[in-house]
This record gives sequence, C-alpha cells and structure tokens, in this order.
Amino acid sequence: MPHDHHDHPHALLPPDPALRVKALETILTRKGLIDPAALDEIIDTYQNRIGPQNGARVVAKAWSDPAFRAALLEDATPVVADLGYYGRQGEHMVVVENTPARHNMVVCTLCSCYPWPLLGIPPGWYKSDAYRARAVREPRKVLAEFGVTLPEGTAVRVWDSTAEVRYLVLPMQPEGTEGMSEDELAALVTRDSMIGTGLPKVPA
Amino acid sequence: MTRVHDMGGRFGDGPVVPEGEDAPVFAEDWHARALAVTLAAGALGQWNIDVSRHARERLSPRDYTRFSYYEKWLSGLADLLVETGVLTEEDLRGAGNDEPHALAQRALKADAVPGVLTKGGPADRDEGPAPLFSAGQAVRTHIPSDNALVTGGHTRLPHYAAGALGYVERLHGNHVFPDSNAHGLGEAPEPLYAVRFHARELWAHPEHPEDEVVLDLWQSYLAPA
Repeated sequence: MPHDHHDHPHALLPPDPALRVKALETILTRKGLIDPAALDEIIDTYQNRIGPQNGARVVAKAWSDPAFRAALLEDATPVVADLGYYGRQGEHMVVVENTPARHNMVVCTLCSCYPWPLLGIPPGWYKSDAYRARAVREPRKVLAEFGVTLPEGTAVRVWDSTAEVRYLVLPMQPEGTEGMSEDELAALVTRDSMIGTGLPKVPA
Repeated sequence: MTRVHDMGGRFGDGPVVPEGEDAPVFAEDWHARALAVTLAAGALGQWNIDVSRHARERLSPRDYTRFSYYEKWLSGLADLLVETGVLTEEDLRGAGNDEPHALAQRALKADAVPGVLTKGGPADRDEGPAPLFSAGQAVRTHIPSDNALVTGGHTRLPHYAAGALGYVERLHGNHVFPDSNAHGLGEAPEPLYAVRFHARELWAHPEHPEDEVVLDLWQSYLAPA
C-alpha cells in the first residue's frame, strides 16, 4: 500500500466538513455500500445506550463487593462482560485502582483509544492535542486544569493506551459512603473519575 | 523520524479545556454521521484497524493540524476508499455511477449493528513467539522509534519513549503487531507488555520524582536491559 501521496483523494470532496460527510454518505448509499438506517442505529447506540453510566455501575459494584473488586483487578475483561459490557474498543480491559499512594490517569497520545463499552465515545478534550501532548509529561498541571490537586505524597501513573488494551480507573470510594446502595454509589461516579482526570462526587 | 500524530510530551499546546460531564456526545450532527459512516464502511472488510489508523496518520502535517477530529476520520476514510479500490476519484468528484457495487452484499444492515458492535475485534491471538520478558524485568525500548519493517510505516512506539529504560508491569499475551498488520504484511502476533517508565527517564524536568508512565509495547520494540 502506498504511504504518502500529495494529491490526497479526500481533497476531491467538498471542504466544509458537514458537506463532506454528507457527500461521502450519499455516494456510498447510492452504491449500496452503506445503509442509512444502520448509521442511525450506530448513532443511537453511542448517543443513548452506551456511555459512562456503564463504567459507573462497574465502579459502584467494585466499591460494594470485595470479591467482585478482586476479580475485576485480576482480569477485567470477563468480569465486565458478565455485566454485558463487551464489544468494539473494549475487547481487552484492564482496571487500575487508585490508592492514597498512587493516582492513575489514562491517555492515548497517538490517537484517541478509549474504553467505549464502559465510557462511550470520548469527550472532545480527551481527543485534543493539548491533552494528548501534555498528559504524559505534566499530568499534575493537566489535573489542575480539571480542578484536581493531589496530596504531595501521591504518585501519578499515566497509562498511554498504545495497543488494543483499554484502561479504566477505579477511583477511591469517597469517605462516608459505606453502606450506600450500588445505585447511590453509581451516581457519585463521574466519567472523568474513571479516566483519572477527576474524582468521584462527595455526597452532600 | 516521527509523524505529526506522535505528539506525546510536545510543548506549546496550551491548556486542556474540559467540557462538562453532561455535554452532548456529539457536538455537531455531522460528527455522529462521520463516526457512523466510518464504522459502516469499515464493516465492508476492506481494511483493518491498523490500516485505518495509518490512513489518518498519513494525512499531511498541514491537514492533520488544521482538521478537527472527525475531519481527520473522514479524510482518512475517503483516502482509504480510493486506495482500496472501493471508490474511484470520479466517485468522490460526484461523477461516478450509481450501479450496484460488487461489495454491496457486504453492506452493514441496521439489524446487524448491535451484533457487530458487541462482537468487536479482539486483537489477541494464540499463535506467536513465546514471551522473552517477565514481570519486573528491565527492558529498553528501541531507538529510533520508526517502524522497522516499512519506511515511514505505522508504529505504536511513541517517539517520547524511544531508547528508554523501563520495567515490565504485566504481560497481555500475544497481540496482532500493528507495524506489520497496517501494511498488508500479516498479523504477525507477538507478546505485548505493559511497560512502566519513571517520568524522570522520559522527561528532563518531571513534575514529581515518583511519577510514572506506562505504555503497551510489543516485544519487537524491546531489548533486555
């Protein structure tokens, strides 16, 4: 396959991105190569059905159930698959746990790898040049931009998702939430706390 | 030498601007269409995920930098469709024909979408060489970080981690090797490791002496240290 050619075919499409996608969709549909109803189904899946609520349920269960937590940290893929969370961009899951001594944070410096079945489609900032460039070199400055300051004694471990393994952070359970139901706990788990750029909510 | 996508550690990008947790999944309708067209076209089976990543990385630095995220996806997709012969340049110009395509029978139908998304595309394989390294072992990454098989080819060893001393954190099993699979050279699965590096090994001015970065790296990228 050729590598670089300077008359990239994409330049033949309209420059405006909304028109560009419309043009490509139209061409492919007319040739029977894509089905617009399938596109609607894909969009509905990621807009309405798969999102951070899935990961939050995993975290809440890990906070509530020590055996589940141990199994999750040992080999997450079958454990989350048992809850129905498996599929594209989540075929190989690893869960990493925050402790007082270590805070974990996930990035993909080379593209935008992200655990879709547990967190859905990544937010814009996760895919931004600034996050990709800086999270590995100055994670604490990046965390400060999310309003997070770690204790001096906490080390940061940044996971750069360079393969098909997808990482989910297991945040520390907020103090004073022992005995809460899984549903109540799940409501405290934010998306960013599972990427490692945020912390769970603290109950009022 | 590197390509523009390999930006880990780069200076000069400015602050990260977080969106709220309740921001829409797709900021614009066309973002959703771009994602869906890309996934549906992928289902035609004419390329793999490594080929599609490389297509985005091969955008010129000028295009890569000025394009928004989903513009990169769309442009990489358009280039791949022509390179693989699914479409012609005439098609992209709007001057192609609308006759049924030879691949039309492979088109992803709405009722097959849940199954395809749920099935995913696992990258682990039973075959491949035995692991050379074990957990805790010291390893050094290759330098330069270039693809060793193909000049300017796809690789997943970032420039910032080239030539660095690290420690095997865990073994993931044998995984498809992108440096080969992106170029029609076969899946060539080999052991994949999570390798831990001290921040001070990677950066002249780490933020904290105990900070670390972990990368998933294939055996071919590593030598004993």
